[in-house]
Amino acid sequence: MTISIPPSNPEPLKSLQPKGWMRYLSFSLDHKVIGLQYMVCGFIFYLIGGALASAIRIELTSPMSDFMARDVYNQVLTLHGTIMIFLWIVPVVNGAFGNYLIPFYVGARDMAFPRLNAVAFWLIPPAGLMLISSYFINGAAQSGWTAYPPLSITTPAAGQIIWIISVLLLGGSSIFGGINFIATILKLRRPGLKLMQLPMYCWAMLGTSILVVLSTPVLAGTLILLSFDIVAHTGFFNPELGGNVIVYQHLFWFYSHPAVYIMVLPAFGLVSEILPVHCRKPLFGYTTMVYSIMGIVFLGLIVWAHHMFTSGTPPWMRLFFTIATAFIAVPTGIKFFNWVATLWGGRISLNTAILFSCGFIVNFVLGGITGVALAQVPFDVHVHDTYFVVAHFHYIVYGGSVFVIFSSIYHWFPKATGKMLNENLGRFHFLITFIGFNLCFAPQHWLGLNGMPRRVAEYDPQFTFVNQISSAGALLMALSTLPFLWNVFHSLFKGDEAGDNPWRGLTPEWLTSSPPPVENWNGEAPLVTEPYGYGKTKVPEPLNQIGTKD
Amino acid sequence: MVSICLIIGGIWIGNNVNLLPIVASSNAPVYDELFKVLFTIGTILFVGMTGLVIYSLIKFRSKPGELEDGIAIEGNLSLEILWTAVPAIVILFVGLYSYDIYDRMGGMQPLEVHHHEQHLMKGSERIWGGIGSSSTIEASNQFTAALPIELTAMQFAFIFHYPKGDITSGELHVPIDQPVNLTMESKDVIHAFWVPEFRLKQDVIPGQPTILSFTPTRIGRYPIICAELCGPYHGGMRATVVVEKTEDYQQWFNQNAKLIDIEA
Ligand code: HEM
Ligand SMILES: [Cu+2]
Ligand SMILES: [Cu+2]
Repeated sequence: MTISIPPSNPEPLKSLQPKGWMRYLSFSLDHKVIGLQYMVCGFIFYLIGGALASAIRIELTSPMSDFMARDVYNQVLTLHGTIMIFLWIVPVVNGAFGNYLIPFYVGARDMAFPRLNAVAFWLIPPAGLMLISSYFINGAAQSGWTAYPPLSITTPAAGQIIWIISVLLLGGSSIFGGINFIATILKLRRPGLKLMQLPMYCWAMLGTSILVVLSTPVLAGTLILLSFDIVAHTGFFNPELGGNVIVYQHLFWFYSHPAVYIMVLPAFGLVSEILPVHCRKPLFGYTTMVYSIMGIVFLGLIVWAHHMFTSGTPPWMRLFFTIATAFIAVPTGIKFFNWVATLWGGRISLNTAILFSCGFIVNFVLGGITGVALAQVPFDVHVHDTYFVVAHFHYIVYGGSVFVIFSSIYHWFPKATGKMLNENLGRFHFLITFIGFNLCFAPQHWLGLNGMPRRVAEYDPQFTFVNQISSAGALLMALSTLPFLWNVFHSLFKGDEAGDNPWRGLTPEWLTSSPPPVENWNGEAPLVTEPYGYGKTKVPEPLNQIGTKD
Repeated sequence: MVSICLIIGGIWIGNNVNLLPIVASSNAPVYDELFKVLFTIGTILFVGMTGLVIYSLIKFRSKPGELEDGIAIEGNLSLEILWTAVPAIVILFVGLYSYDIYDRMGGMQPLEVHHHEQHLMKGSERIWGGIGSSSTIEASNQFTAALPIELTAMQFAFIFHYPKGDITSGELHVPIDQPVNLTMESKDVIHAFWVPEFRLKQDVIPGQPTILSFTPTRIGRYPIICAELCGPYHGGMRATVVVEKTEDYQQWFNQNAKLIDIEA
């Protein structure tokens, strides 16, 4: 049963909030403002993380360690990984789009706990700044984003402790967000709206939030124990004091494999929203999509030891985790076939949003195939901790999540700002991102297979040429943000008016003005029982035709 | 028709594109067999899916100005069952096949810890083994006892110790076709022992001995690479394994051994 809380009636509070752009710097309680805060904040960290990635690729254009000192390289590497995961992908695919869209999708005027929501966001900027400033204090952490002891215990303590504190804050933010999404999706649904009528992104966020709430506390506990080992010289993980380093790895991956799904399940949800609109077709296989999300959530919790095949695990454990990991490919595969079936027979507008979504499908399929291969113990013992793994997970997180983030920006920018992005510039952006990405990461499979380990600043000279190709791809990726940024700023001021529903979408966020009013709808929230009823429902005409010019 | 071409093409690519380094251990050809199968299946899937996406984008793109909707198909149970069952079968096949490979690599055999090595371990600690633990099939045919060698890893070097002869060396010398048992432990942080030409890797862990067995099959010098981030000089942490003819090995051994008198 759904209780329709007359959404905690935050209006009087909101009227006290600043207006105009100032509200984006305030402790706003409006879910749309918070969503955009997450988005912009995440993008700034993406640019920082990208700059660090460029520094890494510059170092790797030559086989010697010559661009930066070796310990600085490890700091840059650690910051890059941590920023990209905890300050860009996780906050954006969950916080930004979740906050912006979920209240619309459930027919509510805000999230269940608006204040908790604002707190969750405002934990992020200080945590991020602290993490980055640790570099200038005494050197940042240098044990990788995995922070395996004993390395993390023996490297300079200040940087590692700051790293732990900021990851704890970011984890806290993520847990607050997760609780809020679960409560909103289950309890704030508008009367008459059934669970199985929700847009797919709600299901993805429900599954993701379950993972967040179950696994993030384990990471927090682990890192607190690690910090005791560092500052109080306890011996949880320190073998010199009788601790066990493998226990840390189990605890760490119990969070960090689900973290992978925390980064991609929301992306799966977003793609499921974008494809039907631009293909003018219902989402294929709604029910199987829902079950496969829940299947991924369940299996995702029991595969962590596939990151530890070379740590020395007993044979039975290796077998169990091989099988569990490989079987995630089944629910994941269902989703991909369903998306292709959604494309099939549609009336597809070849716009930037659809191009990025299809780029995601292609990239992720490759990342999934290498993932299934890595799940096979005998295969993994050769390529574990090599550039093959680096290629694999960038196909997942960049080729997957980042492509979907861009697709989503092109799709929802008109809603959030009331302006269209320039499509030609958008397609150009897609093209160089896609080429740059594949040029950068595809060759890394070969590097790993042939003997280049990951996390190194120097390597065998025989790999120079292929590394230079990879760096050229990275350069192209860096350049690709320029047309994007230009497009965003230019369109914000000079872009075509979007109108309320430029894509003629059926989900509830399109049934209000662009940008939407503080209460989301003037009047009652619409009851949308068929969010994907293309071809059946009478689709609203675009309120003004500018949006669809080609 | 298209799918037959795809499958044939995939098999051809799997058989003809070689992305792997030289084969230098009894373990490596088995690995390459697995790689070939995975690469073939992967190529078929990847090309197939990409092809479907590109075909749909071209075939079903809308004409400019067209406002019509596509057909309202919301699902198709038999299709959905098909693409649940087919991947499940492929995964099952891959799983069983790789289990077989794992077994052939010696992964399922009990760890063969020699008496002699056991007393070198502190107390009654568990020993964890990597793949290739215990002697491989070829080795047991030859009735050769495995050559025990101890590896100590530290920032940033691998040190090998031959209990028989009490040799300490920075280079790993092994005779060809001789099964070797490496017992490994780290003095400081986690390192990993990796020889790409052997297709083997095992972490070297402080406070937790690990064991790795292999049989080199090709004469030459191959790099030993540390594969676990271990500090600033991780990228430079390398050593060499020298696989040589039995006579050459014996000569090297005699030159360096301190206690040659123990049984030959
Ligand atoms: C869904 C998004 C995914 C992300 C974000 C992701 C990310 C990652 C990352 C970061 C690593 C490196 C771990 C490390 O050594 O530090 C990794 C390794 C691995 N991934 Fe994924 N992955 C994803 C999907 C998959 C899938 C679908 C599979 C298999 C079906 C898979 C299987 C593996 C395996 C077995 C490893 C271990 C490889 C190794 O460490 O040697 N992953 N992944
Ligand atoms: Cu994982
Ligand atoms: Cu190392």
